[in-house]
Amino acid sequence: MAEKITVGHVHMSGCTGCLVSLADNYEGLLTILDKYADLVYGLTLVDVRHIPKMDVALVEGSVCIQDKCSVDEIKETREKATVVVAVGGCACYGNITRFGRGGQPNQPQHESYLPVGDLIKVDVYIPGCAPCPQLIRNVCVMAYLLLKGNQEQQELAKKYLTPLMQLAERGTEACGCDLMYDVVNQGLCMGCGSCAAACPVRAITHEYGKPNVNREMCIKCGACYAQCPRSFFNFDVITEFEGISELIKGALQ
Amino acid sequence: MGTELGKYKSCVSARSTNKEILKRSQDGGIVTQLFAYALEEGIIDGAIVAGPGDEPYRPRPFIATTVDELMSARGTKYNISPNVSWIKEATRSYGLDKVGIVGTPCQMQAVRKGQLYPFGWRDVDDKIALAIGIFCMENFPYQSIKQLVEDHAGVSMQSVKKMDIGKGKFWVYTERGATVQLPLKVTHKYEQPGCHVCLDYVANLADVSTGSVGSPDGWSTVFVRTKNGDDIWGKAIAAGCFETKPIDQVKPGLELVSKLANEKISKNQKTVEARATFGVNKALRNPYIKP
Ligand SMILES: Cc1cc2nc3c(=O)[nH]c(=O)nc-3n(C[C@H](O)[C@H](O)[C@H](O)COP(=O)(O)OP(=O)(O)OC[C@H]3O[C@@H](n4cnc5c(N)ncnc54)[C@H](O)[C@@H]3O)c2cc1C
Ligand code: SF4
Ligand code: SF4
Ligand code: SF4
Repeated sequence: MAEKITVGHVHMSGCTGCLVSLADNYEGLLTILDKYADLVYGLTLVDVRHIPKMDVALVEGSVCIQDKCSVDEIKETREKATVVVAVGGCACYGNITRFGRGGQPNQPQHESYLPVGDLIKVDVYIPGCAPCPQLIRNVCVMAYLLLKGNQEQQELAKKYLTPLMQLAERGTEACGCDLMYDVVNQGLCMGCGSCAAACPVRAITHEYGKPNVNREMCIKCGACYAQCPRSFFNFDVITEFEGISELIKGALQ
Repeated sequence: MGTELGKYKSCVSARSTNKEILKRSQDGGIVTQLFAYALEEGIIDGAIVAGPGDEPYRPRPFIATTVDELMSARGTKYNISPNVSWIKEATRSYGLDKVGIVGTPCQMQAVRKGQLYPFGWRDVDDKIALAIGIFCMENFPYQSIKQLVEDHAGVSMQSVKKMDIGKGKFWVYTERGATVQLPLKVTHKYEQPGCHVCLDYVANLADVSTGSVGSPDGWSTVFVRTKNGDDIWGKAIAAGCFETKPIDQVKPGLELVSKLANEKISKNQKTVEARATFGVNKALRNPYIKP
């Protein structure tokens, strides 16, 4: 068994729900911590006060740019981590903090929140509010294979992570409107319903087979577009669903 | 090409041995029979199917938990049924641990993407117990079908007993016994545009996939694809659910299936490529390259 990778959880302006999602892998998380990763940082779980060097930083929450400490922390995370993963809608896209506009005691001037990618380069996105435990797990396993695996494993991990890296390159804005801009308006929607199943607030219904987004309800998490099979569909990975599912299951035995 | 039919372990021509199912099934009743068997054996505890909706032949996806409910969903509705929209709810308020789902090739793609890359589908991945895919050349919006049936075929939607696309024609059968056929060239402009970038004909990513092409009327062509599909299909055969014939002993057989699959994929591949130069130095997006 190769040595473990080092992983940290960096908590910006988030709700800790992303960390709970990681924990909701139950014994799967314990296996990851036994075999593949050392949790070297994470104020909720580990008594390490300052951001150390690490292979993978799982960042949750957006950044309040009026809070100097937060801004310093995200910059330091970029310096200290080889791979920065934005976990959850807030870190990727701002999510509910997009609606923050200050005026509340006792820091009424804390009014501007930006997704992490607006301040530092982010390598991998895991959108969703909450992000799925299974996707966080898959990314942890793949990050391990990428950094410590043999050549074949590294190639698989790279292929698997590619669309999540492309989402990070694509930008820091998300909304149910993405389904209009980048799927329906592009002539790509085929009415499968995946987007409606992904939405955490039931903002999406289908009228005559096409998504209809109630934008007043949308919290801008980005799950719907990411889940849509016409946002990305990487045949080289998804066609191998049987083998890859077994591999991940096997890794967690 | 050679990959147009996807990976599979076996392929047969088959039909259900249950006469009740065959009365209203589209072809050999494979979908309804296999789900009914899986439900009775506890292999699934419900299945997402396209049942009757608010208007005639407008499907409404729902979660069937009884054989009667499965029976109500028999038959092809040639318009969009967002079956996947129920996939998470099936594991929530319905409390299902073993979910069945039927769908077109694109819907099977959606299911597999959601299993490997779940963004908003927590705890769904290992609860999908049986995914049955149906072959699909193209689909239509509801209004297209209405226009084809009412304006082109001159039949009221209420009186339709069955619709079928086969032998190069769009067929409409009425409850009172009339048959109207339209040449497919009339139907083309009514197709759902999103179908024109689709590169899968025979539901390559399903556990078991089925369609009419390749087999005689009343029979279905069936591909058994995954380990899971193979296991369930084998048990259903042993339980006497299906009559089968080796595919190489029926006409027109796999040759026609391959031909149609190749035609679909190469035509749509061209459409995908043409999107790269759709504007002036501006492309339309290609989901197979990046989001
Ligand atoms: C849009 C469309 C295009 C098709 N094109 C082809 C083709 O080109 N070549 C070919 O060989 N076969 C095609 N089929 C498949 C074929 O029409 C039958 O659905 C298939 O053979 C299953 O028949 P059966 O007797 O086994 O199913 P049955 O026992 O009759 O059950 C049919 C099942 O299909 C589901 N269903 C019906 N309509 C839809 C829909 N719109 N979306 C999702 N699920 C639905 C129902 O829920 C039901 O469970 C197409 C089907 C559809 C929906
Ligand atoms: S519509 Fe729903 S899933 Fe899409 S971004 Fe808004 S809240 Fe998220
Ligand atoms: S998930 Fe399906 S229904 Fe929703 S936008 Fe994408 S293709 Fe259309
Ligand atoms: S042609 Fe493709 S995209 Fe259109 S409904 Fe059929 S499987 Fe889906």
